[in-house]
Amino acid sequence: MRESTSFKWTRAIGLTLLAGFALLPVWVMVTSALKPLADVQDRFSWFPSHLTTQPFVDMWHTIPLASYFVNSIVVSTVASIASVLVALLAAYALSRYRFRGRQTFSVVVLSTQMFPGILFLLPLYVIFVNISNSTGLQLYGSRTGLIITYMTFTLPFAIWMLAGYLDSVPRELDEAAKVDGCGPLGSFVRVVIPAATPGIVAVLIYAFMTAWGEVLFASVLTDDSTRTLAVGLQEYATQNNVYWNQIMAAALTVSVPIVIGFLLLQRYLVAGMTAGAVK
Amino acid sequence: MVDLDTRVRPESPSPTTAPATRRRPRRQLLPYLLLIPAVVLELLIHIVPMLVGIFISFLHLTQFYIANWRQAPAAGLSNYRYALDFNQAAGKELLHSFLITLVFTVVVLAVSWALGMAAAVFLQRPFPGRAIIRTIFLIPYALPVFASVITWNFMLQRDNGVVNHVLVDQLHLVGGDRPFWLIGPNSFYSLVIVEVWRTWPFAFLMLTAGMQSISQDLYEAAGLDGAGVWAQFRGITLPMLRPVNRVLLLVLFLWTFNDFTTPYTLFGRGAPRQADLISMHIYQNSFVTWNFGTGSAMSVLLLLFLLVITGGYLRIANRGAQDA
Repeated sequence: MRESTSFKWTRAIGLTLLAGFALLPVWVMVTSALKPLADVQDRFSWFPSHLTTQPFVDMWHTIPLASYFVNSIVVSTVASIASVLVALLAAYALSRYRFRGRQTFSVVVLSTQMFPGILFLLPLYVIFVNISNSTGLQLYGSRTGLIITYMTFTLPFAIWMLAGYLDSVPRELDEAAKVDGCGPLGSFVRVVIPAATPGIVAVLIYAFMTAWGEVLFASVLTDDSTRTLAVGLQEYATQNNVYWNQIMAAALTVSVPIVIGFLLLQRYLVAGMTAGAVK
Repeated sequence: MVDLDTRVRPESPSPTTAPATRRRPRRQLLPYLLLIPAVVLELLIHIVPMLVGIFISFLHLTQFYIANWRQAPAAGLSNYRYALDFNQAAGKELLHSFLITLVFTVVVLAVSWALGMAAAVFLQRPFPGRAIIRTIFLIPYALPVFASVITWNFMLQRDNGVVNHVLVDQLHLVGGDRPFWLIGPNSFYSLVIVEVWRTWPFAFLMLTAGMQSISQDLYEAAGLDGAGVWAQFRGITLPMLRPVNRVLLLVLFLWTFNDFTTPYTLFGRGAPRQADLISMHIYQNSFVTWNFGTGSAMSVLLLLFLLVITGGYLRIANRGAQDA
């Protein structure tokens, strides 16, 4: 297939512009995180006047960043693992069995994905407050409430993606395990799950990313001691002096693990996310 | 990992072949058992709150009753009348916010789709550096939203942001005072740009995946017939991507329309009136006035709108699919 010169030029210019657009915030984030405070308070400069890692030290003291970090890690880890476990069971049922209500379940679960979060927020807040008051079970302002909320939010997409991955594991593997004397759950645990591991890890990353970045519910369901990064980072801006270099350092720090995880597993993630649409 | 690669290929899921022929009654209990945890969670966090939300929208649920919502007095339809009375301030502001959100969504959808499509076409055929560019394009999507949008907040600052630095100091495109980007009329454009930045990589991802299923033979045959790049795009790529587009446009519409994280992180709790998206509007309304009854009524109206749009869209899209 020959490509015309004009197409190649259009492509080069188009890709350069798009890459510049995509990377501009990354450049600003990285360079500003390495700037002394005076640089970010004055007119913007493309490069630091001199390189400093001080913002990465100071950022922990301006706001209780470490505490937010721990909250985010605990909430995102527990929610994503729990969500994937629950989703795996459901996905296995959807992938390997035909049963009454299968279609209804899929449609209802997937359609909750399109509803606006604000619709669930007010009643969930009211329900959590009332449960806390009547039973003493701390759902409001606690990590537990946030974890339960997040694992449910990632559930529809996780089930959908995992069902796709499990579909792609050949049924002959199940059959072979059955011949070897495994029950349906035995073959699931010993054969199907190992064969689908990359997909499962991809869904885990997706669920973790979702919980890590969630703002709407975290802004209402957490208090000072359980606040997550997604909401806590805003507090830099409410200080008398806005330390933009520290904010950029903190933004960079909370992004790096996520971006690396995403890029390492992008093949599986992308395949899982797009499978349903392309099918 | 490499070993597993050969066995697991989610790119081409095998068609679902059900073991329907060997159905035994004893086994049929198992799928239901497997679904129980998912169903319980869905009921607890999605279905029940949704029903409670609809119920609350018929109550005078103010801050005095939040800790004990069953005591709240019934309101009948008054919350809905309040939300939809466009002659009063509250109704007028809701309508304003709704229209802003609609315009915002359509613009973001169109631009994101166009950028995603351009990028996907440019990267359709292999050339040196393709993998690196692909990875660069995925970065906005991979970054946590709150971290990237707070960076945009910095970039759009009036005095020390990069946007004014380029427009005013370096290119001298804007004369006079340095423009404000996060308050006033410009805030709408800022919000559109940030949302497009976040959204177009997803369009790119989906369209790229769709293009992988288009046979190369089609392009070669078209090339032999003398069709240029543009003719091939219109004659092959666009029609073949119709199923992907059908899903992509709906998903992008719903995400953009319902977005809360971007305006919240970009503007903080007080979004400027010109960029007052509907989710933010209901949120602020509910937690400033602590009147959850009216907030819930607005949420239910929003849900009804989205259901009508989605239902209508799917009808039209499916009819289109049958004709094609």
